[in-house]
Amino acid sequence: MMKVVRGFYSVAHAVKTCKPNVISAYPITPQTEIVENLAAMYANGELENCVYITAESEFSAASILVGASAAGARTFTATCSQGLILMSEVLINAAGMRLPIVLVNTNRALSAPLSIWNDHQDSMFMRDAGIIQVYVENNQEAHDLIPQAYKIAENSKVLLPFMVCMDGFKLTHAYEPVNLHTQEMIDEFLPPYEPVAKLSVEKPLTFGAYAPPHIYMEFRVALQNAMERARKVIEDVFKEWAEFTKRDWSGHIAAENVDGAETAVVTMGSITSLVRDVIEELRKEGKKVGLIKLRTFRPFPNDEIKKALEDVNKVIVIERAVSFGNEGQVAIEIKNALYGGNNEIYSFAVGLGGRDVPRELIVKIIDNVMKGKVKQGFYFEGVHEFREVIP
Amino acid sequence: MKYFSAGHGACPGCGLPIAVKNVLQVLDGKCFVVNSTGCLEIISSQYGKSAWGVPYIHSLFENAAPVAAGIEAALKALGRKDEGHVVVFAGDGATADIGFGCLSGVMDRNHDIIYICLDNEAYQNTGHQQSGLTPLGEATTTTPVGKMMPGKLKNKKDMVSIAVAHGIPYVATSSSGFPADIRRKVKRALEFEGTKYIQIHSPCVTGWGVDGKGGVIAAKLAVETGLYPLVEFEYGKLTRVRKIKDRKPVEEYLKMQRRFRHLFKHPMGKQIIEELQRIADENTRRYGLDVKRK
Repeated sequence: MMKVVRGFYSVAHAVKTCKPNVISAYPITPQTEIVENLAAMYANGELENCVYITAESEFSAASILVGASAAGARTFTATCSQGLILMSEVLINAAGMRLPIVLVNTNRALSAPLSIWNDHQDSMFMRDAGIIQVYVENNQEAHDLIPQAYKIAENSKVLLPFMVCMDGFKLTHAYEPVNLHTQEMIDEFLPPYEPVAKLSVEKPLTFGAYAPPHIYMEFRVALQNAMERARKVIEDVFKEWAEFTKRDWSGHIAAENVDGAETAVVTMGSITSLVRDVIEELRKEGKKVGLIKLRTFRPFPNDEIKKALEDVNKVIVIERAVSFGNEGQVAIEIKNALYGGNNEIYSFAVGLGGRDVPRELIVKIIDNVMKGKVKQGFYFEGVHEFREVIP
Repeated sequence: MKYFSAGHGACPGCGLPIAVKNVLQVLDGKCFVVNSTGCLEIISSQYGKSAWGVPYIHSLFENAAPVAAGIEAALKALGRKDEGHVVVFAGDGATADIGFGCLSGVMDRNHDIIYICLDNEAYQNTGHQQSGLTPLGEATTTTPVGKMMPGKLKNKKDMVSIAVAHGIPYVATSSSGFPADIRRKVKRALEFEGTKYIQIHSPCVTGWGVDGKGGVIAAKLAVETGLYPLVEFEYGKLTRVRKIKDRKPVEEYLKMQRRFRHLFKHPMGKQIIEELQRIADENTRRYGLDVKRK
């Protein structure tokens, strides 16, 4: 059923159809209305076999889900920014315990200075946690990803937390037409969660044992193996969804017009739509430029990137985050994937803390690279002239 | 004991297994145990050598209460509430310090769990550092005795009153020196729906500086001096206390433990002993501990 809804609702509705058993959350802008929508559904009795807990912090919300997931429940939370960082100790622990918690991160900048606006610094901080990360371009993609996230996370070959990353405000607050799932449809696509191991009196197990040096490393290797196995599971579920709904969001990456391209731009999240628009125009002018929309960030699709960009001379990464002391995280990953190749790589951090990224900025970046006006390296774009107070 | 088996790594004389075994005996295996990081976790949950014969989870240092709340919620949502009670075992640091906010949230929402604080009065697992439940005058490695300092300068945080103030149905203190008292209180706790908080005074032989048999003796003396009153609150009302027949002076408790021995030599020691006696007297008055002579 096609309806014009906000990003919040597209998530909440999708979560409802996945029949979670335990939802716990704490308010934070720009996530709050996701859990408000779920609270309203709960209050109206629309969430069956579900307990909704308003925690006193994101840390507790995530902890509640650890207990619930270990007991065999399907769980959900949403957060972002400071909330995600506050959850980080718990989420890293959940990954180690192989609990398939699904959360939505409405990407927001980190403090200081405080900013409620969008960029990707929060989820990038969680890059190494053992959590699957997939970024969406629009609210239909967010809506579609929720049931897929459960199916992937709960697969016995995977059993990892899954973080759906959607841009705060830009998507959460945007009204878009979304083809909403029916319950029958999701019941057909997503089976009930059957945990491989759970806390039960019948078969008492110890969760969260500590591991001395003679055994710790094997647990971490197993975590890496699960991430590696997740590559195939994610791809299969993406394909299954495309066939099931006739909405094909492509695989780990969506490569558009990169065959025969001299230049390709790599993007992630909602900015992809703008960049695609610019590229289409440039192609009309006869410029050989393509687009890579990066969807799966963890596990990182090294092979897909290598295959798609092998013969592309100039690779431009436009991203909304930076690893201070190095460069943007996506660029770092792309360079790693393309290691040994002949690509020139240009990396640009834009739009931090919700700074508007106008069309002209994208045009300028691509134009400068294509005309050889900039050297390979890392640049902030769209920064005002300013004087540093320190030193 | 099939619920907490032999071969765990507790020191001889440790109060923790006494408390844990007595709690589990009452629950008869029908329970889900959540354990914070700390002594109990380290002595019982090494991979491949778990002592636990009941479903057990350890997540982090500070989140045992919300993890327990999550299990309880899951059991409710999945129609498995009859499977067993959810019980937390957490140390005094995990309870009164690092996990305090989390625990307050759980008490406030009144999740149906039993929270057992195993109070050995310091961070014993990391080698005896002061916590919010370390008593006045105790020498720890972070409140050491020196020319200027006589050990910890402030008395224990009153977790019992804090728990009572949350309006939860049942709050009690107990002691590893009185196993029957532990069992009776756990039985009583099971009669209430909501959060139950039981703080069990649990001797640490290495931290307190007593020998293997001294732990239980010290735990008994803590009660018999009035320093660790055994009390019960139901819906905020004091319902029962363990009366003391011939209350002993606090010196008797203090002098047998290395952690307090400096008080008998330090220039500020006399003043602190007097203050501890005043605290014991005040506990006695507040809870009516003394058996009145006829």
